[in-house]
Amino acid sequence: MTIDPRSRFGAPEDAMVFARNVRKSFGPLEVLKGVDIVVPTGTVACIIGPSGSGKSTFLRCINHLEKLTGGILLVDGEFVGYELRQDKLYELKDVDLCKQRAEIGMLFQNFNLFSHMTVLENIVEAPMRVRRTPAAEARQDAVRLLERVGLVDKINSYPRELSGGQQQRVAIARAMAMKPKVLLFDEPTSALDPELVGEVLQVMRDLAQTGMTMVVVTHEIGFAREVGDQLLFMDEGVVVERGDPREMIANPKSPRTAEFLSRVL
Amino acid sequence: MDTSRHPDANSSAALAADDLIVVPRRQYGIWIGTAVTLLMAFFIVQAFVQNPAFAWDTAGRYLFHPQIMRGLGNTLILTVIIMALAIVVGTIVAIMRVSRSPILRAFASAYVWFFRGVPALIQLIFWFNLALLVREFSLTLPFVGTVFSIRTNDFMTPFFSAVVALALCEAGYMAEIIRAGIKSVPPGQSEAASALGMPYRMILKRIVLPQAMRFVVPPTGNEAINLLKMTSLVTFIAVDDLFYSAQAIYARTFETIPLLIVVAFWYLTVVSIMSVGQYMLESHFGRSDGTGFSVGRILRNAIGLRGAAS
Repeated sequence: MTIDPRSRFGAPEDAMVFARNVRKSFGPLEVLKGVDIVVPTGTVACIIGPSGSGKSTFLRCINHLEKLTGGILLVDGEFVGYELRQDKLYELKDVDLCKQRAEIGMLFQNFNLFSHMTVLENIVEAPMRVRRTPAAEARQDAVRLLERVGLVDKINSYPRELSGGQQQRVAIARAMAMKPKVLLFDEPTSALDPELVGEVLQVMRDLAQTGMTMVVVTHEIGFAREVGDQLLFMDEGVVVERGDPREMIANPKSPRTAEFLSRVL
Repeated sequence: MDTSRHPDANSSAALAADDLIVVPRRQYGIWIGTAVTLLMAFFIVQAFVQNPAFAWDTAGRYLFHPQIMRGLGNTLILTVIIMALAIVVGTIVAIMRVSRSPILRAFASAYVWFFRGVPALIQLIFWFNLALLVREFSLTLPFVGTVFSIRTNDFMTPFFSAVVALALCEAGYMAEIIRAGIKSVPPGQSEAASALGMPYRMILKRIVLPQAMRFVVPPTGNEAINLLKMTSLVTFIAVDDLFYSAQAIYARTFETIPLLIVVAFWYLTVVSIMSVGQYMLESHFGRSDGTGFSVGRILRNAIGLRGAAS
């Protein structure tokens, strides 16, 4: 019973995120046609690809915002949204699913800060309500995280009063407040004005350096080259090519990758 | 003539713009309209003041009459109880309407369809006459026997039937308002909350409903004002509200018009007070817009933060 599903399904011991043959359909439309990914603990995986290639859908599968239609998805050796008992996957109760999600941080293209709460309230909400962290401690954590993203002076502002880049940095602090095992980024800079992209990427770079495991869906090829430990190119619901970012960007093997890179570089 | 068009060429034409005289357009239409309106206002006021049938002094005498005061009190109590119940029931129905279960959604739609569709007066008289339909309510358990039993007429007093009827009716409207409010919150908000590990009920309570409030408060203010006036229907089932008390007096003294003036005066007064309350609520829930005035925010900024309190 205590066997780590990782060993059973042929995943490496240190795989934080492990996906094998992950499929997802919306009605008749098959968006993911068998995606395989291994993200070792402490590394950064960047996913690029044209819009509609299924990269955001795959990311949302990792924390069960979308239910898989088929395949295996493990985060830190656990099925997300299910429990494996006697070769059957039992769907988890809401409470247990929430516990899993609390361990998986997610950042969105549109930041999705709670607009009726101040920056501080945004950050302490989940630790206090979900983890039952005492208020004083949650507050200390929040201040420390805001220092890290350089926004302590905005602690009592409302999201509406912040720029897009500042909002995304607060969102990162909010996700970090739950002390997640892995952070998922869904095009975190796509909604930003060009001059604000840099400040968000800098925060992400710092996170990567502290050894945070990250899966980043992005259009920032430069970031992928510099920070990514592996790069995956997705198109039409499958991973077309994967490898070392620097090498893959310099010499793409697949013509589809080459064509995509030539358009975005 | 042509040369004078160039200011440099002809110094006498180089007038500063400030020196030019602006002649306003003559707005005869507005003048005539104003005159007619003033004239009509004068006639109306004159008619009100000079017509002895209005009997202003009689109205003044009854303004604080004990019976009127009791009626006003009952009207206010009815409004508050009914509105509170309607908000609770309406919120439940609204949450059912956005539920994942098709049965719950269908039930909620049927509720709104029925209670908004049947006139309030008919619902009121129906509940008042519930005894014709159900003689008594009783709870009988096997092996235990009758646990309790009550005759419908014993608890369906006029006041209670008024509360039940109007609360259920008003809840139909509130459900639609709250549902629209819930729908107005972008789906990304609950997605972000789920991703942080918050369960569905917490998301509703902490994230969705507070944001829905901003859209819910203004129409709810209107509903409360409507409801205040709608409670005058309870006169039909002899609940002594404001209107019923006035009727009771003028049935005896035949001072119909002065008492109607008294009633109108009190309704207007309460509606005015409610409008101010609505404005303050709107500012409170609109505080994250940066436009509203919020005591909470000022205090919070003064002490630095609220975290420890909540």
